[in-house]
Amino acid sequence: MSSSLSRRKLITTGLATAAGVSGLGVAAVLAQRYGLIPPDHGGIFGAGETLTYAAQRLLTSHHSLAREFNRSEISKVAFVNGKPPQNEEYQRHVAGGFADWRLTIEGLVAHPTSFSLADLKRFPSRSQITHQACEEGWSFIAEWIGVPLSTVLNFVGVSAQAKYVVYRSFDGFWWDSIDMPDAWHPQTFLAYGMNGGELSVDHGAPVRMKVARQLGYKSVKYISHLTVTDSMKNIGDGQGSPSPAAGYSWYAGI
Amino acid sequence: MDRLRTRRPTLDERAYRTGSLLSAASPCAKFPATAMAESAYLSGVAIQNSEVLDSQRHSVLVRVTHWIQTLSFIALVLSGIAILLAHPRLYWGETGAVGTPSLIDLPLPFVLDVPIRGPGRYLHFLSAWVFVLTGLLYVLSGFFTRHFQKNLVPSKTDFGWKPILRVVSNHARLKRPSEEESRSYNVLQRLTYLSVIFLLSPLIIITGLAMSPAVTSVFPVIVNVFGGQQSARTIHFFVSVALVLFLLVHIAMVCLAGFKNRMRAMITGRNAAGKEPS
Repeated sequence: MSSSLSRRKLITTGLATAAGVSGLGVAAVLAQRYGLIPPDHGGIFGAGETLTYAAQRLLTSHHSLAREFNRSEISKVAFVNGKPPQNEEYQRHVAGGFADWRLTIEGLVAHPTSFSLADLKRFPSRSQITHQACEEGWSFIAEWIGVPLSTVLNFVGVSAQAKYVVYRSFDGFWWDSIDMPDAWHPQTFLAYGMNGGELSVDHGAPVRMKVARQLGYKSVKYISHLTVTDSMKNIGDGQGSPSPAAGYSWYAGI
Repeated sequence: MDRLRTRRPTLDERAYRTGSLLSAASPCAKFPATAMAESAYLSGVAIQNSEVLDSQRHSVLVRVTHWIQTLSFIALVLSGIAILLAHPRLYWGETGAVGTPSLIDLPLPFVLDVPIRGPGRYLHFLSAWVFVLTGLLYVLSGFFTRHFQKNLVPSKTDFGWKPILRVVSNHARLKRPSEEESRSYNVLQRLTYLSVIFLLSPLIIITGLAMSPAVTSVFPVIVNVFGGQQSARTIHFFVSVALVLFLLVHIAMVCLAGFKNRMRAMITGRNAAGKEPS
């Protein structure tokens, strides 16, 4: 009895191992094919990040909307984190009402374009009342007014090879990137207004990215540069943003 | 295959009776005394009925998942503390920040810009995956093998006042479990383990996911049911405190019940050693 048991055990273990290994191989190929591997998939935490990103991408459709709130739920205190760019050029833009400010879009687009703030405001504007939740733990609800990134992407014409949109702040210090599902998402805004008024300097004037389905640090302020790309390999350290090097995941959906 | 289930005094019971344990300052400090008593006992009596000692206490799957859960839980607690220290204030409702009223200001410093905080988040989600996947394996196999029905669901007779009071009084008097008792769980253990597995663990996972703007875009109910994202964060904190308290009591009980035997049961699967190591 014990020998048949052990033979059965051996066969089952062998089959399970073979199934496991080939399953992992198939999973890796499919994950690559369907864009389920984040740029920060390497290193000791990479497995966890890949699982989180893949699971959330499989779970969320392109149309699942971050929760929206009533006007009465807008927070009275909108906490301000970080400081505006300290250079003189930014101060000149503030003094001049951002009249000379430009947002450039380049990379895998049919028509690389440079938009003024007035150009952006000529697109149909949209608004959303959503959370701004920091990974530190604090949060507030605000109304964000702007043009959906998808509108601008459609205007410039995005290549079918596009995988990421990279966005840089005015001083070049902050930059980040999102995948195309979030870039095309209806709640991803180039936001120029907040709570019924203009976006204040503290909150990222003249334009900040608003990525409603991710945590606050993806919503970079003072945006002046967009690049559409098919790979993060040659951008920064290749991990999608400076966040992973500092210990914060590139994908911040949780 | 035949396992005799004769009653014999446990090593700890004997040590307890001789009073060698009572002098110990902490529960775990009795360990050397137990070991001494054990070797004296084994050299004399144990060999003749070694089969008695050879009983299976925990299945391989229970043991492996137990220790993986232990490691992932410790990683979750440490990384959770690192995350909490960025903002050790708790709120109720949807939002909260410095400058708005808090529910509780934890007596902890705000620790920002330390290298541990970022990797703390990476570690938290990696170990959360290990915790969830191992937990799922344990729960599914527990249903499949009827582990819960056989070992954890209290029997009807357990629910009388008398058996419950007896267990409570045994605990209050720090009375050690007999060999027979240590083969299964008493009613308090059963209820505690069941609430950790089927109440606290699901709650800590759901309140964690309730803080995810992406997950709640698909399942808004998991955050709305708690009354908001900050409420979910607050509940996540208190459930983790409850789980840490469980861990501390669990370790204390293992020490009181006989650290070496209980550890041996969870590592080797055997309730007591059949033979001397040498």
